[in-house]
Amino acid sequence: MKFSSEEIYETIGMIADEKLDIRTVTLGLSLWDCSDPDPKKCADKIGRKIRSKAERLRDTALEIETQYGLPIVNTRISLSPLALIVPSKVPEAFVEVAHAIDLAARDVGVNFVGGFSALVHKGETHVDRALIKAIPEVLSTTERLCSSISVASLRTGINMDACYEMGKILLETANLTAEADGLGCAKLVIFANAVEDNPFMAGAFFGPGEPENAILVGVSGPGTVRRALEKLGPGANLGEVAEAIKKTAFKITRAGELVGRQMAKKLGVSFGILDLSLAPTPAEGDSVAQILEVMGLARAGAPGSTAALMMLNDAVKKGGSFASSSVGGLSGAFIPVSEDAAMIRAAEEGAITIEKLEAMSAVCSVGLDMIAVPGDTSAETLAGIIADEMAIGVANNKTTAVRIIPAPGKKAGDRVHFGGLLGEAPVMPVSRVSAEGFIRRGGRIPAPLQGLRN
Amino acid sequence: MVQAKKGKKIVIAVIGRDQVGIVAKVATVLAENTVNIEDINQKVFAGDVFAMTMMADISGSALGLAEINAKLDEAVGPMGLKVTIQDAELFQYMHRV
Repeated sequence: MKFSSEEIYETIGMIADEKLDIRTVTLGLSLWDCSDPDPKKCADKIGRKIRSKAERLRDTALEIETQYGLPIVNTRISLSPLALIVPSKVPEAFVEVAHAIDLAARDVGVNFVGGFSALVHKGETHVDRALIKAIPEVLSTTERLCSSISVASLRTGINMDACYEMGKILLETANLTAEADGLGCAKLVIFANAVEDNPFMAGAFFGPGEPENAILVGVSGPGTVRRALEKLGPGANLGEVAEAIKKTAFKITRAGELVGRQMAKKLGVSFGILDLSLAPTPAEGDSVAQILEVMGLARAGAPGSTAALMMLNDAVKKGGSFASSSVGGLSGAFIPVSEDAAMIRAAEEGAITIEKLEAMSAVCSVGLDMIAVPGDTSAETLAGIIADEMAIGVANNKTTAVRIIPAPGKKAGDRVHFGGLLGEAPVMPVSRVSAEGFIRRGGRIPAPLQGLRN
Repeated sequence: MVQAKKGKKIVIAVIGRDQVGIVAKVATVLAENTVNIEDINQKVFAGDVFAMTMMADISGSALGLAEINAKLDEAVGPMGLKVTIQDAELFQYMHRV
């Protein structure tokens, strides 16, 4: 088979100039066989499993990267939700296991491990409660561990007690990592309709319905999509714009599928899914907000942003699902604030607010993501923000999430710096109107009618 | 069913300022390492921008893709040229359904 020079240069350009990359190759590991009532033994078993199964992950990724000339930015591990593995009612047990995992992750050279997770969308067990209580200490004393808690789903409604609890946990975690602007909270995600095969951090965990192990690939190419739209020019109508996004998404997904299948083959692990999420980074040009700007919006957050984002998300899914039968995870566009240069600018100028981001999350991949808010925001207000975002996910039968950072000692307009992929952001103002009476009621918001589908 | 010719195909792209002897140099390195050129496309744009794409078979070579890449870099890097080598499977996946 021959390829035209145009096809070859297009691919090289996508990688070199438009920053097309495999954002993450995540090895999902089931820990069912590591459960043990003795936390020390449990920690040992998990540590051993990580070391033996992920030993060649990093090197294999480098090999594949050279073979295809396609950068693999991160290698990571996602684990079975630890609340299902560590049968203990004491938070200290979870801290002990977390430290063992952090060490094992360092030894095998992965930068994040997901799975410090509990699924409490209908209610909490004693074990779930112990894990949640351990979150602040775990996120402030480990480097690589990420936590996610599922507090709502279409079938169960919203666990409001858990929302309130997570509001408090966020404040505690922020305070324990105050010298780093509340960095711990950047490693904590609160979900509605959490998916079991998401390879992206901080929300990755390897769900109970997954096989023994699997390679999960997260592909990203906001720069490539932006460039395709720039080539199209401002005269193209929105139907043509959607078509161009779809075609680009197709090519990006194919590249990811190839890498995923090769990784799985070389490691002797099954190939799980390909998550085609346009995930931005703080690097110039690698921005989802910039795609919206190329579409003709002066800044992300301008009227029309939700419509533009819906079209982008849908076209990405259409192109991706034609390219691969193994599309899963979240597959859409992420709209984090601190990790997207054009989004940071929009937030600084006041073009985008938390309320607009919440509206946009009704049509995109995740939700309120990497948003810094004033450190004196109350647990009740945080819980209200979480509950609102969960409601959007539950009522629309989609995944939504909250990753919010109440930055200690900072007020609206100040800046937080997390460094690396997590970026930096202006602290965004939050409504000062109280939600206290509502949140303090507790209980569970029942599943909506659309959850009764049988 | 006709079996396609077995072999490990790679795509080589060379871009940079045009000068005498680029094709010869690249071809020599490939020949010395038993890499068989199967297709070659070369053009000079805008007066002095040289661009070449090649499809080659490395199944007969003792060297792997990374080593050939290093040898080519060594040969034409000093001439100010940029070489990219990728497994042809990537193009197959991205551009053909």
